[in-house]
Amino acid sequence: MSLNVSDLSIARGGLPVLERISFELKPGQALILRGPNGIGKTTLLRSIAGLQPPLGGVVSGGEDQIAYAAHSDGLKSALTVTENLQFWARVFGTHNIEPALQAYNLTTLRDRPAGALSAGQKRRLGLSRMMVTGRPIWVMDEPTVSLDQASVALFAQVVRTHLEAGGSALIATHIDLGLDARVLDVGPYKAAPLDIDDFDGGFL
Amino acid sequence: MRDLRLAVRAGGGFGLGLAFFLIVTVMVPFSVGPESDLLARIAPGVLWLGALLSCLLSLDRLLALDWEDGSLDLLATAPLPLEAVVSIKALAHWITTGLPLVLAAPVLGVLLNLPLEGFKWVVISLLLGTPALSVIGTFGAALTVGLKRGGLLLSLLVMPLYVPTLIFGAEAARRGAMGMVVETPLLMLAGISAGVIALMPFASAAVLRINLR
Repeated sequence: MSLNVSDLSIARGGLPVLERISFELKPGQALILRGPNGIGKTTLLRSIAGLQPPLGGVVSGGEDQIAYAAHSDGLKSALTVTENLQFWARVFGTHNIEPALQAYNLTTLRDRPAGALSAGQKRRLGLSRMMVTGRPIWVMDEPTVSLDQASVALFAQVVRTHLEAGGSALIATHIDLGLDARVLDVGPYKAAPLDIDDFDGGFL
Repeated sequence: MRDLRLAVRAGGGFGLGLAFFLIVTVMVPFSVGPESDLLARIAPGVLWLGALLSCLLSLDRLLALDWEDGSLDLLATAPLPLEAVVSIKALAHWITTGLPLVLAAPVLGVLLNLPLEGFKWVVISLLLGTPALSVIGTFGAALTVGLKRGGLLLSLLVMPLYVPTLIFGAEAARRGAMGMVVETPLLMLAGISAGVIALMPFASAAVLRINLR
């Protein structure tokens, strides 16, 4: 199922940041989102994931298909690596967490409490969550933060496998992952008239 | 549904509510003075007030932890509806906070010279009333989740919502202790609990969605 974004306009904290974003993401494709800090990449991804209503425009094809990875990994420090991952697997109704643990080289850390992991290890655990969701469209917000080179390569490999299996990925990142992907450069917001018919809509 | 186990284990700090309950009920006899008649009369009310305040104490951690580590965002994009998430959170809060309070109440009732026939009714009324406290509290927590140090606002918001539960709960316990008919306040209490359990999750999920934007 492909993700269609058309004429999407978004706001952060009541201020419009990006407008008229349109793209299509077909199965097997990846799209890299690039742009300076504060441009609204995170807001765009949150809108696509359905956490935030857009100012205008339509996101279609994403219902119950999107797995979203935010800046923070959502780990419980009191639980072990396996328990953390198992929890998310159960929430998403999948059961097999072994491939995810192996893909991110976490098998030796499996009984370690998440609170005792390093930042990079936590990130890897957070990313492995995407694999247990079983959802085809991965929406990831700066997934490589605090990862070392080897882990970045690991991550790129996982994404490549995911694409080959017919999945798709939308990734906001600043580094080159070596993926065969299109790049969407988001430019700074230009002061252009916003046609919001519904006056109240501007505040929601 | 397994969120429960996680919430129980990761929630932690439920001993705090219990300790607070203990402190309140132990201190009341000291502050009121050595009048066993007076103590016996106010015992049900004190137990109820202590339980309510202990409940309040643990509310601000209910959703704030999940908010801070980002799992609330991720749960919102998961197939589980937010209504279910908040219901489970409330259930977990009740098991970790409400249930220990119910179990501790008869023990602490001894310290307050609670009349013998009152024990049963204090436990029954707390058992019926504390789920309402947890569910209403979850709503308050959902309202204030994005705020830094929302605890104060949370207490102020939740307090008036707790009043009906407290009135009917304490009244049922008091009547029971005095050997009077308890049916009416007990039914009202059960009604409040049933009503908020049925409706509050929708309100909590709705405000949570707004707060997550």
